[in-house]
Amino acid sequence: MTNLAVRKTMGRFSLGRFMTHLLLIGVGICWIYPFLWMFASAFKTGDEFWANRLSLIPASFYPDNFIRLWTTGNFSLYFLNTLIVTVFTVLLVLMMTNMSGYVLGRYEFAGKRVVRGLFLASICIPLVSTVIPVYQVIRGMGLVGTRFGLILSSAGGGHVIFLLLFSSYYQQIPNDLEEAAILDGCGFWRTYVSVMLPVSKPICTTVIIMESIWTWNSFLLPLVLTMSNPSSRTLAVGLYSFRGENVVDWTGIAAGGAISVVPIIILFIFMQRYFINGVAGAVKG
Amino acid sequence: MEANHGAVTVGISRSSLKLRRKKKRQLNLWCWLFLSMSLVFYLLFMGWPIVSSFYYSMLKWSGLTQSGKFIALKNYQALFSDTVYWNAFWDSFKYTLIAVPCLLVISLLLAYILNNEQMRGRNIYRTAYFVPVVTTTSVVGIVMIFIWSAQGPINEVLLKLGMAGSATSFLGDGGSAFPTLIAVSVWKDCGTYMIYWLAGLQSVGREQYEAASIDGAGRWSTFTRVVFPQVLPTAGVIAILCTINALKIFDLIKTMTNGGPFYKTDVVATWVYRTAFSSELGMPRMGYASAGALLFGLVVIAIGLILNLLKARLQKNR
Repeated sequence: MTNLAVRKTMGRFSLGRFMTHLLLIGVGICWIYPFLWMFASAFKTGDEFWANRLSLIPASFYPDNFIRLWTTGNFSLYFLNTLIVTVFTVLLVLMMTNMSGYVLGRYEFAGKRVVRGLFLASICIPLVSTVIPVYQVIRGMGLVGTRFGLILSSAGGGHVIFLLLFSSYYQQIPNDLEEAAILDGCGFWRTYVSVMLPVSKPICTTVIIMESIWTWNSFLLPLVLTMSNPSSRTLAVGLYSFRGENVVDWTGIAAGGAISVVPIIILFIFMQRYFINGVAGAVKG
Repeated sequence: MEANHGAVTVGISRSSLKLRRKKKRQLNLWCWLFLSMSLVFYLLFMGWPIVSSFYYSMLKWSGLTQSGKFIALKNYQALFSDTVYWNAFWDSFKYTLIAVPCLLVISLLLAYILNNEQMRGRNIYRTAYFVPVVTTTSVVGIVMIFIWSAQGPINEVLLKLGMAGSATSFLGDGGSAFPTLIAVSVWKDCGTYMIYWLAGLQSVGREQYEAASIDGAGRWSTFTRVVFPQVLPTAGVIAILCTINALKIFDLIKTMTNGGPFYKTDVVATWVYRTAFSSELGMPRMGYASAGALLFGLVVIAIGLILNLLKARLQKNR
């Protein structure tokens, strides 16, 4: 009986469902094609690239483009720079937003409203309106063209989404946990470090993934801050300058693009649950 | 606890008051200590830049020397008659006004389809639509130069299908550069808003769909009468985020068109970069660029405030 009913509904909707999937697959192909094109082109020789621009399967996997970019194109250095900047920026941001989110979510203290408002206001401020003074601040510290300067300036700014994620998470933790810690004689710091911080792990993961992706991809700050020193470039800026110097070397550009995005796509595919939850949390917060 | 204290002598309650005050002070201290690192970074890279922007915007200054010459409001005077700046300024809004509705509608459509939990392959579709969001925008911009070029795959397909007589350079042509920019940014950012909508659609319960289908409502009328009114509050938040993000666009334009051809895709961000940091047009003018950046920043902040007030108003009326 139920089986029949199921079959009936499946039969009735199959055309509609077929059309839906057709639409979704069509959109999907458009969405994925540029990536496939880039990976395929990265493995083509220059001649093959121009002879067969549409094909997504290279005649043979020709690794020279990657080798050329990695060694003479300086992409090994850019890769290292991007990795270092990303790791340290993420650590700084995680530390800052976790601590501030904790006190904003759990405590009433003098000036709380002002601080909250201050952070929230920053969401509307375009980076382009602050980039000139930020550049001057970093220049004043003598850190233009260094990874350290890039790390500091990338960690600056509001990070409102993370702040909200942490503060609403800490807010809904029941009080008994904290009370038990206080009865055990834990002070403010011990309560935070040994009781609250471990509980915030899922949000920490989300923040790590999201901030890694954002820092890895960021462009305007590294573009401005590495201008005077090409050896401090990140991948995003490195590829841009490579294209500026090799306008028609499309196989090289494709290989550079692949080097730049593969780590981040892999990170995303394996950790997408955290990333998507974090993005979704942004509208709820 | 409080009731017990009633019988206690005044002396003790005063000292407990003192103790409580001390505790309160300690708590304040801890809270501010926890905030301190965030605040230092915030003031250094957000607060101070805004304040100093006002000063920089009154300087005649290349940015290459230690300091510039104070010229009061002359930069603003020049700015008001600078057609290149105003072209970029209006283009920022033109871009926003076109891209935001496209993004919101397409992402809502995809989210609505994918919201069906029984659908096969829904996670695969979601991942596929989301991949452009996580890829480096500057890489996307550069790859898109070729994809949309006269030799690129899009032209090749159009020619093969007989939909175009001759190849067009989509990004090099003044008429098609702007629509192409919109198409690429919809492709790039659609996934973000799809996830936002999916989060919003979760507020519509299963029984509501069932009730609608018992009433004989089709997919479209279910959507307009049941689903859309429910997600409207979230829609406000999503629309605000989308608008603010659209006004901030830089990476894609910088790498893909650099504002061209003939400033057809120039926005304030690319104008500021060109004026402050590049020597394409002679000496950089950091003071002048600061004036343009600040003016635009204030307008964006004002828009953000107005939209938020509107949203609060609408939510109150419901």
